Amino acid sequence: MRSAVDNLRRKIPGPIRVFLGACVILLALDGLIHRHVTHPFAGLFGFYPLFGFAACVLLVLAATRMRRIVGRPEDDGDGR
Amino acid sequence: MVVEWPPFVFLLAGALLALCLPGRAAAIVSIAAPVLGLAHVTGLHEGTEWTLPWFGLHLVPGRVDRLGLLFGSSFHIAALLGALYSWHVRDRVQQVASLGYAASAVGAVFAGDMLSLFVAWELMTLTSVFLIWARRTSASVRAGMRYVILQGLSGLMLLAGVLTRYAETGSLAFTSIGLEDGEPYAWLILLGVGIKAAFPGAHVWITDGYPNATPTGSVWLSAFTTKVAVYVLARGYAGTEILVVIGALMAAFPIFYAVIENDLRRVLGYSMINQVGFMVVGVGIGTELAVNGAVAHAFNDVLFKGLLFMSMGAVLHTTGRIGGAELGGLARKMPWTATCCVVGAASISAFPLFSGFVSKSMVMAAALAEHHEFVWLVLLFASAGVFHHAGIKIPYFAFFAPARGETEGIREAPWNMRLAMGVAAVLCIAIGVFPEHLYARLPFPTDYTAYDATHVLAQTQLLFFSALAFAWLQWTRLYPPEVPATNLDADWLWRGLGLRAFRSVRNSVERAALAVRGSSHDVVGAALRGLTRSHGPHGLLARSWPTASVMVWVAVLLGGYLLLYFARIG
Repeated sequence: MRSAVDNLRRKIPGPIRVFLGACVILLALDGLIHRHVTHPFAGLFGFYPLFGFAACVLLVLAATRMRRIVGRPEDDGDGR
Repeated sequence: MVVEWPPFVFLLAGALLALCLPGRAAAIVSIAAPVLGLAHVTGLHEGTEWTLPWFGLHLVPGRVDRLGLLFGSSFHIAALLGALYSWHVRDRVQQVASLGYAASAVGAVFAGDMLSLFVAWELMTLTSVFLIWARRTSASVRAGMRYVILQGLSGLMLLAGVLTRYAETGSLAFTSIGLEDGEPYAWLILLGVGIKAAFPGAHVWITDGYPNATPTGSVWLSAFTTKVAVYVLARGYAGTEILVVIGALMAAFPIFYAVIENDLRRVLGYSMINQVGFMVVGVGIGTELAVNGAVAHAFNDVLFKGLLFMSMGAVLHTTGRIGGAELGGLARKMPWTATCCVVGAASISAFPLFSGFVSKSMVMAAALAEHHEFVWLVLLFASAGVFHHAGIKIPYFAFFAPARGETEGIREAPWNMRLAMGVAAVLCIAIGVFPEHLYARLPFPTDYTAYDATHVLAQTQLLFFSALAFAWLQWTRLYPPEVPATNLDADWLWRGLGLRAFRSVRNSVERAALAVRGSSHDVVGAALRGLTRSHGPHGLLARSWPTASVMVWVAVLLGGYLLLYFARIG
């Protein structure tokens, strides 16, 4: 177990570890801070973190597929 | 006696002086004009008007109210930052065009009648295009022509709407217009403004024009045209429901393009459409909170988008490159520019304590308050998306990613560029930390509080987990690589499909003309042959008739006439 943690520590650079820690704390705060919710979705535990993560993943995957349709060589006359 | 000059006078005088003065003196004037203009605008009193009788019309080229004052102040600050950023430029075309452009924009937001607005509107086009042409490449010349065509179309629609409205109502006053009555003039004006506001389909002048402008020119361009359009919408179309849908579309679709676009200034162009989308939604919702949010976001956008264009302009100025595929590793070479870029990125992404947070949240709160739940979700998606491309992609690929091009010998941007970026960055943070100073200048009184635990936590969670998604996509290599490419956008409809359609129509017309010419040739030929037969040298009707024959025929005619006469009286 300890060697696995050490292994991860070697693989993941320090700043990324700090960032991941911040994400965990932010997620935990969802359950600790009383929030004034104006929409039912916003009251769900982890709504904003999940939305942010999923939105970006979907955005990038969709845009990657879109590139196959709209992408042309740089000097393409029909484009720009 | 205190003489109050119309607010645009200082910038206009600066442009005229820059036309005559040598380079350094023109640069000094470029700084002095917005400073004096800003001092003048801050001293103006609400309700002040400048009128101009003209051929029986009552024109109001200047009118002071809270909405105009906020935009006017913002434009003077942008002009000052732009002039500082462009201090090293010794190109008279750019010096004159940029000040003239700023003067026109200020004229537009203080115009009290629609005809004055139209004049300022057209002057904006005529001056701003030179900031694209001044790059003096064949691509910029072509892009400038396309820019002029679309902006000209916008002006034509505005003029047609203004004149139709005048014919129907007898009024040129610039008041609320709206679409409630379904008047054609209201639609014409909205479409004209919509082109300048980069409505979907008409947005390509931004993503085509801005990346082809000079490094300093794109900073000026980013400040004025779209904001003037937002101002006109806020004054004329607040509460127009269709704007909510249009704005949501504007906020959402550009972020897909921004992910795959390689030219980082074009990425900023898409991001500009995205941000204007938030403003258009706010105007469309039309409540006091929503309009305040839209206007506050326009004010902030001038600063943070200007800052991002400045940082990318500095990169282009220093390295000669702007593609994500050929940059990277510049953070150590250009630490000041990189820091300012990160501040701009944090502001546009609406991180707490940065300017975007205090205005974007107003629009989103207003969307929820007015039960536009789906639009709120779209805006939330757009918020995550804009952080993804403007907040992370631009700083990462320009400064922090492994270098993909030569970085030897690259130094920081000139002092004036750094100073302008530094001032803009300080303003972005100052507004984020002390938003009450901005709120106090909004069109409607507000007690809105951006900093409560719910807002701060929700936005921070959204952004951190968006960043986590970026990191994960990079780690798994799912993130699309930066590739120099052309991505077909709506302009393909005009320039690809449209051109083909035009050629097809032209060929059809030519074929039809040839066919008509051929068949008419046959008809005319047959007629000529018939005429030749009857009237030709040997034709029946060309013969010389004997006098007796003529007399016989005259007698026949007279006889016939007599018979008819008798028949009539009988």
